[in-house]
Amino acid sequence: MSTNDSEVVRHADGNGAVGEQLPDRFDNPGLPPHRPRLTDTDPAAARRATRQVVALFTISILGTIGFVVAYALVPDGNTIASIRLSNLLLGLGLFLAMFGIGAAAIHWAKTLMSDREVAEDRHPQRSSPQDREAAVAVLREGAADSGIARRGVLKGAVVSALVLAPLTIAVPLIGEVGGHWRVSTLRHTLWERGKRLTRDPSGTPIKAEDVTVGSVFHVIPDGLREGENADHWIEEKAKAVVLMVRLDHADLREAEDRKDWSYEGIVAYSKICTHVGCPVALYEQQTHHLLCPCHQSTFDIADGARVIFGPANRPLPQLPIAVDDEGYLVAQSDFTEPIGPSYWERLK
Amino acid sequence: MKAIADRRHHRMAPVVLLVMALLITGAVYAALTPTSAGATVATQTDIDTGGALFQANCATCHGTGARGGDVGPSLIGVGAAAVDFQVSTGRMPMQASGPQAAAKPPVLDAEQTRQLAAYVASLAPGPSIPTADQVDPAKGDPATGMALFRTNCAMCHGATGKGGALTEGKSAPSLGDATPTQIYEAMATGPASMPVFNDANLTPEEKRDVIALLDGQKAGSPGGADLGGVGPVSEGLWAWVVGMGLLIGCAVWIGAKSS
Repeated sequence: MSTNDSEVVRHADGNGAVGEQLPDRFDNPGLPPHRPRLTDTDPAAARRATRQVVALFTISILGTIGFVVAYALVPDGNTIASIRLSNLLLGLGLFLAMFGIGAAAIHWAKTLMSDREVAEDRHPQRSSPQDREAAVAVLREGAADSGIARRGVLKGAVVSALVLAPLTIAVPLIGEVGGHWRVSTLRHTLWERGKRLTRDPSGTPIKAEDVTVGSVFHVIPDGLREGENADHWIEEKAKAVVLMVRLDHADLREAEDRKDWSYEGIVAYSKICTHVGCPVALYEQQTHHLLCPCHQSTFDIADGARVIFGPANRPLPQLPIAVDDEGYLVAQSDFTEPIGPSYWERLK
Repeated sequence: MKAIADRRHHRMAPVVLLVMALLITGAVYAALTPTSAGATVATQTDIDTGGALFQANCATCHGTGARGGDVGPSLIGVGAAAVDFQVSTGRMPMQASGPQAAAKPPVLDAEQTRQLAAYVASLAPGPSIPTADQVDPAKGDPATGMALFRTNCAMCHGATGKGGALTEGKSAPSLGDATPTQIYEAMATGPASMPVFNDANLTPEEKRDVIALLDGQKAGSPGGADLGGVGPVSEGLWAWVVGMGLLIGCAVWIGAKSS
């Protein structure tokens, strides 16, 4: 309450001044009285501090010697244990060598060097009138000499050049950004009709009979690193990765319109979380739950990858699959919706 | 030699020759057959002893005859590998019900585990205990194992194999203490929440590659202390609390006046 009262008084005053008038400048209170240190008054303490500084420098010397000895005598070798021992000894030597010097220097300065307070007044920042006049004169002379006021074309040329020069930085910068604005690439993946499902990372095709109940397959499209994808296969992989499991018919619940998207209980779902796009791959085979490690979104693979926990807003997109004449699993088509997290143009 | 030649028409000569031929065949067979710890043939005695052990330790939950009960699943067809994994890691017999069976010092010794596995394997075929050759880390390729581990294992067990949390109190254990045989058995049988990685998904050679990778991690981190290897939490704790704390301590010491 008292604070509020004083606020009221201050405003009632009109011009913001409180009670008595403030002086133009405060008097310099000066430095607090000098307090001598123990090492200034007691010669025994000074000798002790000297010994401590010498000891710290000695530690540094020993650290350096230890480093050189370790470098010469303990080779890093080929085993992890020998590399670790070598690293440990070199690191300890380096630490002692550097820390010893630093600590000794500071301890020396704090205990033994003079600690008399010295004040150095700040000089005014404003230059002297003569200097200012001289500088202005030089600028005027330069402007008159260049003739910029008389020659208008020259003025236009120099201004144009200076304005255009930053385009050399801006154009590539914005151009690069534009490369990622092609939202159509977000809408499609490498999956297409008849594209085989293959194992990640070996790229070998998968037979339906290989996918037993309880097992999980991490799947990439066939030919991921070939052809036109060879130089950007990792971006394509990031969109196309799929997780595939076989579920017992008793456990599997399928929407009417997706009955033919699975094959004998084998279902395939995008591995990219619909929240912010982490790879969702923590599959618990007893509960059929698929957990995203980033924000704990949990999807029920037995029930259309429905979100049962966490911040994800949509089920994982399902990849419709079938079997080709050789018994290998293939995609029926691309995903029927954009995979991964939401973006502005997703529903356009 | 003359004495042998003289007796070659002896009445017992064919019998002696037959016995010698059998012995030599047996010896050659024994020498050529791959030997391994897991491949020891289970005798009927083993199966009977295992059955008795099952009645005493497992039947309460898994039912007599291992057909499953109210609380335990049927063990018919799980194979010797599942039994060996669950019992040798101490997960079974289970001490208390919970989100998942916790690893603890094994209750049954190696011989009893082998007999119990022989009994369960005798009920129906299933994954068998791998041979010593199948789990020999020296024969695997750790680089291939790393690629496979990143794709198939790292999301639950962590990039360093130190384990991680799952849902509702379940967790993926650290792989640091698991033996090569246990790692193989876990991949082949999929204990608890873990999916199965059958031989069509990860071939026995690929499983051995993963084992080679994990075996290589046991030598420790070449860079020094790994601070638990569980990722940004423990490492961040050290960097922010211990590392920054030391720096702040040094800064305060540098700035403080000497007494």
